[in-house]
Amino acid sequence: MNLNATLFAQLVVFFVLAWVTMKFVWPPIMKALDERAQKIADGLAAADKAKTDLVLAEKKATDELRKARESAADLRGGAEKQASQLLEEARVEAGRIVAAAREAAEAEAAVASQRAREALREQVAQLAVAGAEKILRKEINAQAHADLLVQLKSEL
Amino acid sequence: MPIEEAATQAHEAATNAPTAGEYIVHHLTHLNTTGHAQSSIIDFSVINLDTFFYSAALGLLTVFVLWLAARNATSGVPSRFQAAVEFLVEMVADQAKGIIHSEESRKYVAPLALTVFIWIILMNAMDFLPVDMLPSLWQSVTSDHHAYMRVVPTADLNATLGMSIGVLLLCFYYNIKIKGVGGWVHELFTAPFGNHPLLYPINFAMQLIEFAAKTISHGMRLFGNMYAGELLFMLIALMGAAWAGTGTSAALWVGHVLAGSLWAIFHILIVILQAFIFMMLTLVYIGQAHEGH
Repeated sequence: MNLNATLFAQLVVFFVLAWVTMKFVWPPIMKALDERAQKIADGLAAADKAKTDLVLAEKKATDELRKARESAADLRGGAEKQASQLLEEARVEAGRIVAAAREAAEAEAAVASQRAREALREQVAQLAVAGAEKILRKEINAQAHADLLVQLKSEL
Repeated sequence: MPIEEAATQAHEAATNAPTAGEYIVHHLTHLNTTGHAQSSIIDFSVINLDTFFYSAALGLLTVFVLWLAARNATSGVPSRFQAAVEFLVEMVADQAKGIIHSEESRKYVAPLALTVFIWIILMNAMDFLPVDMLPSLWQSVTSDHHAYMRVVPTADLNATLGMSIGVLLLCFYYNIKIKGVGGWVHELFTAPFGNHPLLYPINFAMQLIEFAAKTISHGMRLFGNMYAGELLFMLIALMGAAWAGTGTSAALWVGHVLAGSLWAIFHILIVILQAFIFMMLTLVYIGQAHEGH
């Protein structure tokens, strides 16, 4: 444990190393540490904000869903009403068409039966004349008795 | 003395086999600029080359490793290496913040404390290398089988006192910077006993004693611990060196392994603890320079 000039050399090295650390080591590391602390603080604040945002968004989504459900119900109600209205209209229209068809058919049938009756009446008259001719043999003048025949015809 | 006999037997093959005493003395002699052991207690014309080399090399290693971490330091996710250095930096920064209340002073003192802490850990840790490894390497490189070399810089009083005197100079600097020359001189003569002309010499003497005691104990504490640790490693090495194939020497060899392991494990604590104490006292003494009595 002798003392010598190593002491001064060590003294100088001591200050040089401390200076180097102060100049080149300490500032970047402290800067990184401070920045990271800031980042973490920012991150925590952002997480808090995100949490409140999430609550708001959930509330908004619930509202929207409720609104959509309500409008869908409205829509369905309207559609059902319209559908029943259409159905009612269609039923009325169908009734009208059926009635018209029946009327037309009846009218046609009446015309046809009238025509058939006319034809029949013609034939009966001719048959009656022909029969009477056979019975009376030429004694009846067709012309002289035309009025009688017409009268007979209308009675049929 | 069985150890000495065994050691002698073990080295019978070699010429000029050292006795245990010679072995220890040789290991405790510095490689200095004179080439032989320093004769006077204080001789400022001599420099211990080994202490200077190892302390400067380990100091450069310290700042290099710290610089490696600082160069790539990001505020993002840190690598394990960066996190380890940051852990040390934060530890030192927290200690400095608690002791030195001037932010301006901390800009220099905190990095100084960090450097001192890591540097002293590395210098102390030279004890963990086998005591004969670097010296015998040096002897074979120089082809001088009596070349001296000590590898633990903190087991040299010059190194530890050099650092503690550095701290003393910083205390002077901050005393003057914070209190002004007049304020500090005033404090030197009026503290601790009070402002009275009769008390001036006593106060001044007390102040001188305080500075001297702080500085010398600061350096001596580290030196004493590391010197004793190194000496114990050498004594343990002597046990293994006693190997000669006999029963006694085999027992000594086992003793070497056991004692060497135990002491090395315990020494880890001392290495870190002494570095931490030196750093904390550096901060405390400089902190005291900031406060008035």
